[in-house]
Amino acid sequence: MTIRFQTQLDKLKRRMLTVGAMVEERVRMALRAVEERDAELALKVIESDKEIDHNEVEVEEECLKILALYQPVAVDLRFLTAVIKINNDLERIGDEAVNIAERVVFFAKQPPVPVPVDYSEMGEKTQAMLKSSLDSLVNMDVDLAYKICLKDDEVDDMNRDIFEKITESIKSQPDRTDYLIHLLSVSRHLERIADHATNIAEEVIYLIEGEISRHLFKKEGDPDATSDS
Amino acid sequence: MDNKIKMKADNLNFYYGDFHALHEISLDFKKNEVTALIGPSGCGKSTLLRCLNRMNDLIPYSRVEGSVLLEGEDIYDPNVDVVTLRRHVGMVFQKPNPFPKSIFENVAYGMRVNGVRDKSYLVNQVEKSLKQAALWEEVKDRLDESALGLSGGQQQRLCIARALAVEPEVVLMDEPASALDPIATQKIEELIHQLKELYTIIIVTHNMQQAARVSDVTAFFYIGKLIEVDQTETIFTKPKLQQTSDYITGRFG
Repeated sequence: MTIRFQTQLDKLKRRMLTVGAMVEERVRMALRAVEERDAELALKVIESDKEIDHNEVEVEEECLKILALYQPVAVDLRFLTAVIKINNDLERIGDEAVNIAERVVFFAKQPPVPVPVDYSEMGEKTQAMLKSSLDSLVNMDVDLAYKICLKDDEVDDMNRDIFEKITESIKSQPDRTDYLIHLLSVSRHLERIADHATNIAEEVIYLIEGEISRHLFKKEGDPDATSDS
Repeated sequence: MDNKIKMKADNLNFYYGDFHALHEISLDFKKNEVTALIGPSGCGKSTLLRCLNRMNDLIPYSRVEGSVLLEGEDIYDPNVDVVTLRRHVGMVFQKPNPFPKSIFENVAYGMRVNGVRDKSYLVNQVEKSLKQAALWEEVKDRLDESALGLSGGQQQRLCIARALAVEPEVVLMDEPASALDPIATQKIEELIHQLKELYTIIIVTHNMQQAARVSDVTAFFYIGKLIEVDQTETIFTKPKLQQTSDYITGRFG
């Protein structure tokens, strides 16, 4: 391959990782806002989503340009396809962080509800999955990518656990139903972030092995599983 | 004239006898850019290329209307010396055509014909041109050997070195890689990318993927007319005209 083409690919990879870092930061901020009931921090997350959206468009246009101008094949083609899809997953993660932040804007105006629900463990697991998925891309580490896919079950289990705890709380505190439903949404958004991190890992597996391994890791009869993660 | 423009075709018409081959072509060629001329067979792209250094003068019953400007001066002005013009606007052809001489003499020929006698100047220029053409390392120990012993790709790079030896400003290339294998083609394409730092390059190619890979600007021609010209990345991602889109996607031509 020519130096010019290689330079374009390297530039694209660096760009993607910058977007990845931005998204990781937004998720971190959103979760801290939940913990600290900090509406101001939440608003920062919401406002900065424009930057991620703008980058998503630029990365996609760059990919289309490279496909048109250099007609890549084999691993180079898979790399560009993976980048287009991962780029999309990152933007969706950014949107989920905004969704979490929007819940915080609601919470911060209300008195807190004593609920035995602590998002710190679920938040840490989700953030770790996101970080690992991006590491697996940077290092082309297929073993790490497979591990992330397996971790998704743990987050799904936590989501189910929180669902049950909040259902109980709604029964005992029906006057705080709206607060509790918003609280439940946070769990759902975190679970979606973990799903997107899994998608990223699946794209990395495709990139390295050339096999489309989507949908390999769904459990049978999972009431909370969507048909397309 | 905008000083970023090296050459310019201005309302150029060309006739082979009664046949109107080029229709009112107005096109700028910017300095240190690679412009690709694409289009189906018979669309006039090679005809236009040959107008840019008056190679078409050699064709009997041909006629030019309009002008071609090199740094603001009309190359069709009666005072212009065509031989000098062709030093400033060099050409590389489709089929490598080294002279049946040594590698050294091939590159030195243009300079000798222009009256250069200084041996050390010739030696330095030959080395410089062969280096610019990315051929030096392969031939430096056999400069006295016949050029005809080189491979096709090497011969083409020799022809490029020959064109560069007389220090042109513009290099015209008429399908320079179409007679070469993929590796040699890739070398020529890399070379074009390096050469544009020093020269303005205009290349005719049948190979659209090549145009996409090497050029900054692409001009699409059809039946003697310029249909669309734009930044290469625009032409190959979102061309403005349906006809351009149909050609580059292979729906016709």
